[in-house]
Amino acid sequence: MKAAAFAYARATSVVNALELLAMHGDKAKVLSGGQSLMPAMNLRLLSPDILVDIGGLAELRGITVRGDLLVIGALTRHVDLLRSPEVALHARLLRDAVAHVAHPAIRNRGTIGGSLAHADPASELPACVVALDATIVVRGSAGERRITATEFFRGIYETALLPDELLVAVEVPVAGQASTFFFQEYARRHGDYAVVGLAARAVVAAGRFSALRLGFFAVGDRPLLAAAAGKLIDATVTPALLAEAAAALADELDPQEDQQATAAMRRHLATVLLRRCVAALLARPELETGVGK
Amino acid sequence: MNAPVPVSLLVNGEPIDAFVLPRLNLADFLRENLKLTGTHIGCEHGVCGACTVRIDGEIVRSCLVLTVQAQGASVETIEGLSDSGEIADLQAAFRERNALQCGYCTPGMLITAQDLLKHVSVPDRRAIREHLSGNYCRCTGYQAIVDAVEATAMTRAERGA
Repeated sequence: MKAAAFAYARATSVVNALELLAMHGDKAKVLSGGQSLMPAMNLRLLSPDILVDIGGLAELRGITVRGDLLVIGALTRHVDLLRSPEVALHARLLRDAVAHVAHPAIRNRGTIGGSLAHADPASELPACVVALDATIVVRGSAGERRITATEFFRGIYETALLPDELLVAVEVPVAGQASTFFFQEYARRHGDYAVVGLAARAVVAAGRFSALRLGFFAVGDRPLLAAAAGKLIDATVTPALLAEAAAALADELDPQEDQQATAAMRRHLATVLLRRCVAALLARPELETGVGK
Repeated sequence: MNAPVPVSLLVNGEPIDAFVLPRLNLADFLRENLKLTGTHIGCEHGVCGACTVRIDGEIVRSCLVLTVQAQGASVETIEGLSDSGEIADLQAAFRERNALQCGYCTPGMLITAQDLLKHVSVPDRRAIREHLSGNYCRCTGYQAIVDAVEATAMTRAERGA
């Protein structure tokens, strides 16, 4: 189908975009790469009165390191994340994840800001920023505010962004040398939305996790930072302890049933990913299969 | 509010000036306004890849780009790639290997395959499949398409060596 009629405004600056958003409120939608917005509009799931196109705002583009933060502009595209040496060095999780986001032609247009603001619970980048303990920077007429990733996502396609605010950047704490990452997802076809996925960041010392953040996606109405990870931190991970963490994870999840999977299947796959993740990060392959009974 | 908007862009190297409604996507603009019907429309939500074109040298889904977003851009369609001879060998390999039946997906397949071959000189079959994974073909089962892309990569590598 084709999108319903709408008016179009090409923002000339962030200030101008904020003026347009203030003027039109929730009747406006921000257009960045359009790779989620346009499908939704073509399917008539959304029909905003006006699109505010921020695509030309160079000030929102680019990746820089500022102190111990990796600052990623909202208009940074998936393909930019994939190719960025800064991302490879400081937040490899994002690069690993982006390889699973759709297909090259989509990654050439889609942006990190667009993906986060869209907040599809089955998409990869929201879970990554939760796992990375990133901060979302938004600007409104009253100025700038910073929202932690875990606070930012509020539900299906729902975030802490107000209608007159613009997501301008993401700040990711630079990974120390000790940080390791894990990313894996189940999808029907490479590039499709995940059935279940896991983005994780860990610090491993002397065979134990001194930090572990597990960001699951497609298991609920928003990316979930699993509390079950707590069981594995500062502990010697045995098959029994991992089984306990897996059980806690299954309890903690409240997945939806849809045409791709039942809730039970999602719970099961999430625990499989947990085991794989722990086995990979601790370099103990026996843990992947050693539990589950 | 929903009045036509002026837009200026290059299409296959030719400057185009037009007034378009904001809702007009680039695929429809190319097909309906410019009569460049080699760009096909399948799903209209970015899944099938039939509408793939190049904008400023990068492949995109033209059904997910508004014409007004192409302001100042250089758009290349299958007609452009075909007429310039850039993909003549790839087209010949498709024909030779029967890598098309109905042909609906073929323009998108060719543009996407050419994109891969520009970036990776001799991709393996897994890489070819992955790069083409966003392009649906409902006739061939993909085997012949992968063969054709692989054969073109090898021939180009030999020629370059």
